[in-house]
Amino acid sequence: MPITTTKSAFWAGVRDGAPFVFVAGPFALLFGVLATEAGLNVFEVMTFSLAVIAGAAQFTALQVMENDAPTVIVILSALAVNLRVAMYSAALTPYLGRAPLWQRIFAAYLLVDQSYALSHAKFEAEPELGVPQRMAYYFGTCLLVMIVWFGMSYLGAAVGTQLPQDLPLDFALPIAFLSMVAPMVRTLPHLIAAVVAVVVGLLAVPVPYSLGLIIAGAAGMMAGAQAELMLKGRTP
Amino acid sequence: MSDSATLWTVIISLGVGSFLLRFTFLGFVGDRPLPAWLLRHLRYTAVAILPALVAPLVVFSGEDGGTDISRVVAALATLGVGMWTRNVFAAIGAGAATLIVLVYVL
Repeated sequence: MPITTTKSAFWAGVRDGAPFVFVAGPFALLFGVLATEAGLNVFEVMTFSLAVIAGAAQFTALQVMENDAPTVIVILSALAVNLRVAMYSAALTPYLGRAPLWQRIFAAYLLVDQSYALSHAKFEAEPELGVPQRMAYYFGTCLLVMIVWFGMSYLGAAVGTQLPQDLPLDFALPIAFLSMVAPMVRTLPHLIAAVVAVVVGLLAVPVPYSLGLIIAGAAGMMAGAQAELMLKGRTP
Repeated sequence: MSDSATLWTVIISLGVGSFLLRFTFLGFVGDRPLPAWLLRHLRYTAVAILPALVAPLVVFSGEDGGTDISRVVAALATLGVGMWTRNVFAAIGAGAATLIVLVYVL
């Protein structure tokens, strides 16, 4: 159905974004639980989720803090995990770059995997949309996901302390990360990037200040980018 | 866990840093194209950094830095099902079920 008004664009976004509450919800819940286990109170958990809105980066920060790494390494590691949002920002800029500044500020704040993926696909498929319709669609995709994100973070923080002690929660984080990353491994360069990062990550465990993660991540990124170039060179 | 000042430093820095990552292109760059090499590297951030973070947690998951076989098998189950189904929930379910069964059986 073609989108004609800004209002219908917004509601189209809300509809398309609805299924993603089932992705965001469990991760927000898990973050609330693990952050509470790590000693954060409800207010700290909520501020964290509200300020950062990035599951993977928040989990990384928790994990690296647990390792007693220097604060600057905690921040750099979590931001490194979040580098992909810079790529999303770049990809959306041709479509939203001409919107008013205040809208772009809000759009940037709300830029997550779901809002990027849905909006980019939509803008590509319907190039006739105007900038206000695009922005409305974009904000629509964020609405339910954000409500669920904050709500489930709160629920996780609230129930976190009441969970049975013998649950193997220490391993919830690796499972969450692996489940996020496995579907992203779509091509051979992705696989090469992941394997190189794992090998370097294991070798770099003794590197001080938890810097190993950043070294391994950089090695994996370079390996992936190189592999992509070499594979492209072979196919005419 | 670190003290409260450290935690707030992390929260505020991450909040500001994440916002700047998201805003850089939308806000400052406008619709100028980006260098291809930069985009090429950014494409592999998640698939590089997340496995690098998880690998030591899986390999040194046992007590005193040893390897816990239940956790390794659970990690492999998550990874295998995730790559096979491309479904986050199927992967989490497989990993969690494997871990819980192995932890209580072994």
